[in-house]
Amino acid sequence: MTSIRHSFFAMLDTVILVVCGALMWWGFAAMAGPHVLTGPIDTFRNLGQITGDPEFLANAWETLRAFLLALVIAWASGLLIGIIIGAHRLTGKVVEPILTGFYAIPKITLYPIILLLFGLSLSARVAFGAIHGIVPVALFTMAAVRDVRPIYFRAAQSLRLTPAALVWHIIVPASLPGIVSGLRIGFSLTLLGTLIGEMFASQRGLGHMLIIAMETDNVRLLIALALLLVMVATIAGAVLLAIDRKLHRRSVKGQ
Amino acid sequence: MSTAGTIRIVVLLTAVAGLEAACRSGLIAPFSIVPPSAMLVSAFRILASGEYTADILATLGTVALAAVLSIAVGFAFGVILYLFPRLKRAADPFLASYYAVPSFIFYPLFIVMFGLNRWPLVAVAFIFSCVAMTIATIDGFLNVRPILRKVAQSMHLSRSQMIRLILLPAALPYLFTGIKLAIAYAFIGVIAGEFIQAGSGLGYRIAFAYESFQTGTMYGLLLILLTCVVSVNTVLGVRERRLYERLNR
Repeated sequence: MTSIRHSFFAMLDTVILVVCGALMWWGFAAMAGPHVLTGPIDTFRNLGQITGDPEFLANAWETLRAFLLALVIAWASGLLIGIIIGAHRLTGKVVEPILTGFYAIPKITLYPIILLLFGLSLSARVAFGAIHGIVPVALFTMAAVRDVRPIYFRAAQSLRLTPAALVWHIIVPASLPGIVSGLRIGFSLTLLGTLIGEMFASQRGLGHMLIIAMETDNVRLLIALALLLVMVATIAGAVLLAIDRKLHRRSVKGQ
Repeated sequence: MSTAGTIRIVVLLTAVAGLEAACRSGLIAPFSIVPPSAMLVSAFRILASGEYTADILATLGTVALAAVLSIAVGFAFGVILYLFPRLKRAADPFLASYYAVPSFIFYPLFIVMFGLNRWPLVAVAFIFSCVAMTIATIDGFLNVRPILRKVAQSMHLSRSQMIRLILLPAALPYLFTGIKLAIAYAFIGVIAGEFIQAGSGLGYRIAFAYESFQTGTMYGLLLILLTCVVSVNTVLGVRERRLYERLNR
């Protein structure tokens, strides 16, 4: 009961913080004027208008398609790499520093190379989104698989499991919380990569729409799109975070 | 050197040699990737000619400014949130999902607000890296061992003494991780901004070379940029590891 009350007050505080943020936004907008920054109420009204616009819908669909394809590639190949380098120690030792080094460089610098290889196409945007997400998924999966207790592997050995059965019945369930953390971060970075890819050298998608809005000085559209993307990303992030935390809590309890 | 280290160097050298061979034999067309040796030659030529020195310095200067701002403001935010737990609890959901939002969507907005100069770059790099420092600061303070707090209490330290003599030194490794992340993120922010839209800087020159089909120059510049970033990361990474070793001793 007290914990419910506790979380209710935490939620109330968060709501108060959001309201304060909106008031500050409103204040800045009132000071700067609508040609620099539109206020919160105006922005929501603009957002309602553009969501009915066929051009917006076409661009949103392009972004969604590229993002989902990139996400599937990033998740699948990140998991595969992570399980291999997590289960095989020497491979892990060899590959890990290369991956962490790659993780730290600004991937945007590689975009021209991808464009030169794939051309200005959907596949270039998908590839660029995917390279943002693969490495964190692989690194988190690797760490989670390494932490699987050795006794599980011995049990698998005595049951003579095939490698596929070992992965499916032992490794994945035992390292699920860590894997999901990786998938969550991979999700965010893939979205970031997809949108940056669209903002630089692309003719389609919401990222491109943002750039067009900037070039035509269309502040209303710019801020409405930014608000939409912030809301979608925050909600998706919060849902994944909730799943992530639930799995971690359960695994702590189970041990 | 360890076996893994040796294998790693062999793997990397084989990859570079394979790329060189594939480019030289025409398996990879020269307009998409030039041989690694040609990248190196191009990088040295660019540095020797001094043609791009102003852009390189502009980029590094912008990164430095954005990083210093992020570290200072991020640290201040962290301290405030640590001192007011209720505020921290209210802000927690936003801190947790902050990096789910692709910050670069604000770059066009900053250009409209500040004009097409270096300030939108500073702004986008700042909002991208500031929160990493805030999160690291809070983590550092919350992870200070309880016994140290008790020591401070039994010695009747004042609040400012407590922060200066106990909390800051104890949280130092975490703060350093925050600084490292803030610098890495500032690099990403500035370079990505210069790619998307700018009038000067290393990222802008790379994008320009790409658009005007100067593939050799593009790879030379890329090599220079990656060398800068990787050396900064490596130096900070080594320093960071030493700090954590001290913590575990």
